[in-house]
Amino acid sequence: MTEQSSPQTVKFYQTGTRTVGNRLLDETGRSVQASTKRANAITSGHRACQGCGEALGARYALDAAMNACNSQLVAVNATGCLEVFTTPYPETSWQIPWIHSLFGNAPAVATGVAAAYRVKGRKDIRVVAQGGDGSTTDIGFGCLSGMFERNDDVLYICYDNEAYMNTGVQRSSATPPRARTATTQAVGDAPGNVFGTGKNLPQIAMAHNIPYVATASVADLNDLEAKVKKATAIRGARYIHIMVPCPLGWGSVACDTIRLARLAIESGLFPLYEAEHGAVTNVKKIRRQVPVVDYLKLQRRFAHLFKKGAEDTDSITAIQHMADFNIKKFNLVGIKEEKTK
Amino acid sequence: MLKQIEGSEAVAEAVALCRPEVVCAYPITPQTHIVEGVGKRIKNGSLENCEFINVESEFAALSVAIGASAAGARSYTATASQGLLYMAEAVYNAAGLGLPIVMTIGNRAIGAPINIWNDHTDSMSMRDSGWIQLFAETNQEALDLHIQAFRLAEELSCPVMVCMDGFILTHAYERIDMPTQEEVDAFLPPYEPIQVLDPDEPYSIGAMVGPEAFTEVRYLANDKQLQALRLIPEISNVFKDVFGRNSGGLVQPYRLDDAETVVVALGSVNGTIKEVVDAMRKDGEKIGSLGISSFRPFPQEAVYDAINHTKRIVVLEKSMAPGMGGIVDSNVRMSLSGLSTPVHTIIAGLGGRPITMASLREVFEIAGEDRLPRIQFLDIDHAAVEHEIVRARHTRRSGPTAESILRHKAVNPAQKG
Amino acid sequence: MKQLPFAITLDPGTSLANETGSWRSEKPVFLDRIPPCNQICAAGEDIQGWLYHAEEGNYKAAWQALIANNPLPAVMGRVCYHPCEDACNRAQLDEPVSIHSVERFLGDEALKHGWKPEFEVEPSGKRVLVVGAGPSGLSAAYHLTRLGHKVTISEAGPMAGGMMRFGIPKYRLPRDVLDGEIQNILDMGVSLRLNTKIEDIEAAFNQDGYDAVFVAVGAHIAKRVDIPAHQAGRILDAATVLRDMETGEEAPQLGRRVIIYGGGNTAMDVARTAKRLGVDEAMIVYRRSRKEMPAHDFEATEAEEEGVLIHWLRTIKQIDDTTFTVEKMAIDENGRPQPTGEFEELEADTLILALGQDVDTSFLGEVPGVEMEWDGVVQVNDQMMTGREGLFAGGDMVPSERTATVAVGHGKKAARNIDAWLRGKSYSAPEKHELAEFDKLNNWYYEDAPKTQRPQLDIIRRQTSFDEVIGELDEHNALYEARRCLSCGNCFECDNCYGVCPDNAVIKLGPGKRFEFNYDFCKGCGICVAECPCGAIKMVPENN
Repeated sequence: MTEQSSPQTVKFYQTGTRTVGNRLLDETGRSVQASTKRANAITSGHRACQGCGEALGARYALDAAMNACNSQLVAVNATGCLEVFTTPYPETSWQIPWIHSLFGNAPAVATGVAAAYRVKGRKDIRVVAQGGDGSTTDIGFGCLSGMFERNDDVLYICYDNEAYMNTGVQRSSATPPRARTATTQAVGDAPGNVFGTGKNLPQIAMAHNIPYVATASVADLNDLEAKVKKATAIRGARYIHIMVPCPLGWGSVACDTIRLARLAIESGLFPLYEAEHGAVTNVKKIRRQVPVVDYLKLQRRFAHLFKKGAEDTDSITAIQHMADFNIKKFNLVGIKEEKTK
Repeated sequence: MLKQIEGSEAVAEAVALCRPEVVCAYPITPQTHIVEGVGKRIKNGSLENCEFINVESEFAALSVAIGASAAGARSYTATASQGLLYMAEAVYNAAGLGLPIVMTIGNRAIGAPINIWNDHTDSMSMRDSGWIQLFAETNQEALDLHIQAFRLAEELSCPVMVCMDGFILTHAYERIDMPTQEEVDAFLPPYEPIQVLDPDEPYSIGAMVGPEAFTEVRYLANDKQLQALRLIPEISNVFKDVFGRNSGGLVQPYRLDDAETVVVALGSVNGTIKEVVDAMRKDGEKIGSLGISSFRPFPQEAVYDAINHTKRIVVLEKSMAPGMGGIVDSNVRMSLSGLSTPVHTIIAGLGGRPITMASLREVFEIAGEDRLPRIQFLDIDHAAVEHEIVRARHTRRSGPTAESILRHKAVNPAQKG
Repeated sequence: MKQLPFAITLDPGTSLANETGSWRSEKPVFLDRIPPCNQICAAGEDIQGWLYHAEEGNYKAAWQALIANNPLPAVMGRVCYHPCEDACNRAQLDEPVSIHSVERFLGDEALKHGWKPEFEVEPSGKRVLVVGAGPSGLSAAYHLTRLGHKVTISEAGPMAGGMMRFGIPKYRLPRDVLDGEIQNILDMGVSLRLNTKIEDIEAAFNQDGYDAVFVAVGAHIAKRVDIPAHQAGRILDAATVLRDMETGEEAPQLGRRVIIYGGGNTAMDVARTAKRLGVDEAMIVYRRSRKEMPAHDFEATEAEEEGVLIHWLRTIKQIDDTTFTVEKMAIDENGRPQPTGEFEELEADTLILALGQDVDTSFLGEVPGVEMEWDGVVQVNDQMMTGREGLFAGGDMVPSERTATVAVGHGKKAARNIDAWLRGKSYSAPEKHELAEFDKLNNWYYEDAPKTQRPQLDIIRRQTSFDEVIGELDEHNALYEARRCLSCGNCFECDNCYGVCPDNAVIKLGPGKRFEFNYDFCKGCGICVAECPCGAIKMVPENN
């Protein structure tokens, strides 16, 4: 396991590649999002809530993919917030060829699209399928697993906001323990979602031995773009799992969307890594480690853990253990190892 | 070229002659031999430029076809029974998106109780999905309808189901006349989609439509079916010009001219019915039959025109709407609204129950004597159902009906069944 | 165009018809906050502004931006006590930006390459006399010239530079650097008359025809203290020692052991100078502790490193030839030194008093309207004008902190006021923007980058020569250091707002032109504000 190398080649440029752009870097060292020529795959006028992480994550990812494939991109979208807020008749926010079929079939539709282009000899056209955590980890999981198993030439991107937000914040198999949702309410002896359930989709994707799996976050654009770029160039089934905080569902303020995504990384709850053919190849180290409390406290879905006089320290400790487990498992903290190739 | 082959193999070859570009396969009896046959042709190279995708479910099968079709590829899949229900959501979706996918249904019953044999419950469940549903009487027609189906689908931008009776057709070896590639190519132009996922023309397909336009969208879906009513006979005529035989169309009248009793049916049973009609005609009975080739769109005018003169109508169908009665029956009655002609329904052949000429003749004769009840289940074991009804009335937790009937029959082997 | 299916298929980007800006209750606005460094700089430098150019490696532009406010960067980079660095927000992240070393680098680059101030101005036809060629006078002359006026400097002494030359030892400020920057000012057309003491201000107006006069003669009369002495040895004052270092034929004779009395920077300078002149022992005697000393801590540290011995909490009670009786002091709860009644003796040949300086403003005594404090310090109004119309004053001779930086700032401020006055107007400084405090920043985006360690002269050389102690940054280091600037409060075009907007409601205007909000679509989520590294955006309530 090695430290993920930064795309930055110069030693130090004020903000390096942490900001979206950097006037001190040459154009090639800046992000796709810094460019006025970015595709804006989703343009203005969409109906996402204020501070929507998914709107942001999807534009980040698709603009990067567009950039990586000379704009020869087709997107397949599962039902969900992203689909609903971008394409209410008579307006669409998409500026790329885009199709929505059903909630649970985006990976299969994408397989079909890819098959069509393969048979037509259009190797240049790249196919992305995308959906939220509901369509990815739950209802579309069968199709996704099938697409992985066949190693179809599809990049599947999951925008994970950890619940069914479009229907009014119900639990999904990506909802974290103790999170309050409309179907795991903060009442009773064990308020919120239970411990010990849920699916870790990136790990499951890795178990399919597909060529590329990565986790990414709206809090680290340059990392996200590098991963999408890499994934776009690879043939076969690829999976990128992007954390996209949801102010509505998480009970956070709109301006904290990126901050929360960052705290998820920095606490160890959301490890950033890449895996190829089933093995982890790169890990993004935690930069400034924070306790999980810093992350949890900003979200009303966890407010019941911090009730005055009745703090649920057991649960907080257990969530901290989850973070610690990730930190140990992925070696997220500590000295950067030499890159071995 | 004349061949003696299995129905599934014939359809596989016909599909291959239509040059599909993406074929998705998921096994379910009795359809499986068809996709196996297509897959073999792709793998051995006789069908070129085609992707064969082994998917993980029927839902995925049709979803892959949706994607492929939206990307401009001629797409095909096949299923039956539970498989059709499992893909139901995608069935409606493909129609809603106007994707000209062709799908074979090897018609089979729906469980529970699980049953692999033929009836029409599966196709009937999807009759309002917006697909065109064509029913084949023979393997020759099944083969021909597939070739017509691609042309119909692509001209209308509407998916088409070709329904052929499971086992009775799919597994039957019959002599068929297999067209040549040149003939098929002459009949079926390359697929020109009206919309396609194209980076050079990037529109959004599959928008969310609210109350302000949904009615109009549905109106247009209906209108598309009405267009098909015109197009199906046209295509059938062109087909006749190219291939020299009648296949498909909306309805297939048989000896109707002076018929006082007309039997209406879908699919392969029309063959048996015609034989019974011939036999009864020989004995002087004024009977004829009307095969319905296109169940969706339902050819109300054609049905009316064909049978409005008759004295009585017997709809023989392999499906049933519990709590209602016949399904085809309702459609026929609708077509005859305003007339007082009595319409009788015979539910027959459910879950593979053989439909014998003897049984048919018996009920047709009863019908001719105007003694047929409004609805009748052909060859039903009345004793068995009566026993179960009584038993269930007395024992609330009576257990599964199917097993009870089997047990009852086992201890009463003398009874008919 | 194909006939697309009704409603289900839509043309790209049509959502632009849906102006989501109407959702907003608050809107983001760009603003420029004043960075702490700029706010605190007595010379009024736009530090962040010139660092911006230096970050790009455009040193000449950086230097031009720097000298728009301060004509003496090479000097100031060496002698300024850089309160800007104490204020620097980066200090809360790792270490402050070494502003002074970049400033010095730029000043030195300018001298090395012979860069000249670039400015364009219409001559005003007005003549201004500047009295005193210290930092304040030089600065005033420079700025007045940039404002189009003809300036003559009269200096009583034999050399220009004032306390920069006569109060700061060479090892802190090499003379070629000072000479170079003064020459740059003179090269702009400023006349300098040395050894010319102005006795009659009114004559300057009435006979010589100056339209305005700026006096900045400094404070160079050493303060004395009475110490009972039976037989006093040699007693010198620090100002004189340092002046003699500059002007004398020979170095001052200090004997083997020297006591320096005082705890200010001058005391440190003299002690370190004595050490360099070869005394065996240079001792500082100071009545309070290190905590209370007016000298900067680093100066005491450097002095100690060079072998200067500092006797804290001591006052000299009596001198008997070479024997100094000192009394131990203790700091009371008010921070004042109180005698303890305990005594010690120290041996020394020479006592150097470093107790501060007074002004000599007797020449202004006859000028009508000019008012002075009891100690001779001249009163000026907020336009830096004395009670006499057209007579302005600045530097150490007016009430202020006495540093070269303040003096340079006075020069600029006086120049602006003189300019306004000459044009029949009154100068008012632009309104200060709100402060860019650390909590306005999102510091996650900045690279970790500790301060550059500059080479220091090794200790033996420091003790024996007047070579400059602190080495200069090379270009690489200077660039690195400049790029440590966080650009607090002012957009540096990192593109974050442009990237992080979920609604594409930020318009990028291109290099140097910053950004604009597209309020047609901005939903007012505030992510741009939260993720702006430098705090250059804020949310304000929507008016409608």
